[in-house]
Amino acid sequence: MAGPFNWISQVASVSIFNVRTLPKRLGSSVTAVLGIAGVVAVMVAVLSIAQGIVRAMESSSAPENVIVLRGGATAEMMSGLGGDDVRFIAEAPGIARNEDGAIASAELFVIIDVKKQSTGTDANVPLRGVTRAAPVVHQDFEIVKGRMFEWGLNEVVVGVGANREFRGLSVGDSIEVAREQWPVVGLFEAAGGVSEAEIWVDAAVLQTAYRRGNSYQSVFAKLESPDDFQAFKDALTADPRLNVRPMREEDYYAEQSELLYNIVTGLGTLIAVIMGIGAVFGALNTMYTAVAARAREIATLRALGFHAGPVVISVLLESLLLALAGGVIGAGLAWLAFDGFTAATLNFASFSQITFAFYVSASLLVQGIVFAMVIGFFGGLFPAVRAARLPIADALREQ
Amino acid sequence: MKYLALILSNLKRHKLRTVLTMLSILVAFLLFGYLAAIRTAFTAGIDVADLDRLIVRHKVSLIQLLPASYEARMEQVEGVDEAVGQTWFGGYYQEQRNQFAQMPVKPGEFMDMYPEYVLADDEKEAWLNTRTGAIAGSQIAERFGWKVGDKVPITATIWTMNDGSQTWDFDLVGIYESGEKGTDTTQFFFHYDYFDESRPDWGKGLVGWYTVRIDDPERSAEISAAIDAEFANSQAETKAEPEGAFLQGFANQIGDIGFIMTSIVAMVFFTILLVAGNTMAYAVRERTNELAVLKALGFTDTGVMGLVLGESFLLTAIGGGIGLALSWLMVSAGDPTNGFLVVFFIPGRDMIMGVVLIGVTALVAGILPALQAQRLHIADALRR
Repeated sequence: MAGPFNWISQVASVSIFNVRTLPKRLGSSVTAVLGIAGVVAVMVAVLSIAQGIVRAMESSSAPENVIVLRGGATAEMMSGLGGDDVRFIAEAPGIARNEDGAIASAELFVIIDVKKQSTGTDANVPLRGVTRAAPVVHQDFEIVKGRMFEWGLNEVVVGVGANREFRGLSVGDSIEVAREQWPVVGLFEAAGGVSEAEIWVDAAVLQTAYRRGNSYQSVFAKLESPDDFQAFKDALTADPRLNVRPMREEDYYAEQSELLYNIVTGLGTLIAVIMGIGAVFGALNTMYTAVAARAREIATLRALGFHAGPVVISVLLESLLLALAGGVIGAGLAWLAFDGFTAATLNFASFSQITFAFYVSASLLVQGIVFAMVIGFFGGLFPAVRAARLPIADALREQ
Repeated sequence: MKYLALILSNLKRHKLRTVLTMLSILVAFLLFGYLAAIRTAFTAGIDVADLDRLIVRHKVSLIQLLPASYEARMEQVEGVDEAVGQTWFGGYYQEQRNQFAQMPVKPGEFMDMYPEYVLADDEKEAWLNTRTGAIAGSQIAERFGWKVGDKVPITATIWTMNDGSQTWDFDLVGIYESGEKGTDTTQFFFHYDYFDESRPDWGKGLVGWYTVRIDDPERSAEISAAIDAEFANSQAETKAEPEGAFLQGFANQIGDIGFIMTSIVAMVFFTILLVAGNTMAYAVRERTNELAVLKALGFTDTGVMGLVLGESFLLTAIGGGIGLALSWLMVSAGDPTNGFLVVFFIPGRDMIMGVVLIGVTALVAGILPALQAQRLHIADALRR
């Protein structure tokens, strides 16, 4: 009477029976589902912060782009390059050229205090002095409102992220730098990258205001092709006149976001695991109750000749089904509530604000549902084994 | 208390269910305590800010430097007792990822300004007398395995030495302990004189910000305004504010993430409690018959209600109590980010809040079943 077909049909019939009786245990089933949904929602939401930060960093970089800092500097703020350094870098092999010459932008990076929209307290907003190649080098730079600043004038353009998160950065407003008022003349987008949290001005204007002479802090450049990087790097590091640190833009931004990413992911995972353990207890309770309520039915099936295996699997299936429902609800809720939610935070690596949008990626949704299934599996396993081990005679005799 | 045995035997009826419910409550409170510590970490130091202290920084931003000569001028401002400059050094130890806070200060004035950094007298003496001497907080010293007497090389990222060298050598002459809960013991302080002599010309005579002690915290707004007025219309205008406001502003910069984390997790805390509450209600419903028997034996309505509530309280108190205790143990074991969250502890206020929450949870979870039990009619219930 054994045989795989018979076995499978036993699984199917017990499972269908279980599922059809679910409405009778609605109360406890719904709480288990809600518990798991809550856990998954939180996990997905917190991890989507980390994903959002990484995405902002990634969209800032292009594979053929490089950044050059002073040797030993880990961020633009602490770097410094003289006018000559900048000229040598722009002449290095591999740098792409257009009608205006080398596509390399020497830049200054400082921060100024601007009030945060949400709290009204000061935030470190990046103020970047750029040269003419900047709109070409930086990924997908585009003025979306107003106009670009005039070179040589005390005018600034503001990233849409900065405009959204901080006060007084709309077209028509002005910012105070070096005891002068610099008008905001335009807003720009940059493919959702970190530049969107910045204020841009002509580097020459910023040099004067900050009395920096002809010095810069970084050079952003475009190479002919990503493959030219090694040659470019070798040329710069071999040049005795220079003490610089050339990096691929991708590596630089990955390094910039590493700390923040690790903290958010680490804390998020830790919290999710603790909550997950709590949800397993909830699911165990639900499934033990479900098994207890059905002890007689299960015993009857066993007396009729059903094997223990199908009984175990059917209970597990029920638990997994509830977990799946919880996972889908939780991941869906997190996606609806948080995907695209914009925020700003302090990036410790650059000591300045970055703006980003929470990003609930497809893989995060899958992770959330998988996590729910793991909870469901452990929540169902022990009750399932108990169901299979019920002494048939005793269970049949119960009230 | 004579009913305790009865309540206990009720709890023991379905041991497994009781234990599982207790465990879910335990997890909820464990999370509560742990998140309190994380939130405290994100708002680091605000609770321990000294009302007598102001922070004075460059008006444009914290990274802009101020002249060292401001110290003397500030000390002339009415109401100011003392001003001490600090500068962000921004170096790392051995590897780039080993970044932590180092600041050059004038040791004597500095130790007076921050009584919460506790240093043994001989170590303090040694620091005052050693030009290349430095002191480190106990937490950072432990992280890198430093002992008093060690030579500690720090690689500069901003402040190369005037000879172009990137490594500064310090003699660790002391390790400071925290004098009060929440004191940051991950910092490293060294002599301003050594710093100023050895740094390149472009930076000489400049400091990052000042900590100012005032004689009357009530007048902090007035004194702040007087300091800012002193430097108005100069090349380096200042912004003075109480230490607490400064730290709050800094926490707001990180702000969003800490807030989002705690608020969404609060939501789940309540979900877990919902699950536990539901189970308790179920446990009572199942026992309708027995409750009716108790009433038939002469228990009053209130007595039966008390029994049910008592069960809820006992269950929550055990689960929640262990949860809070565990969270305290976990937090004491150190922060999960390996030194990034510089202050990591559960404030007493949050512990009290946790205990109150245990009571509230027990009441919320137990009140409906308890009322049901109270209203039970013996005849109806026995007939079921």
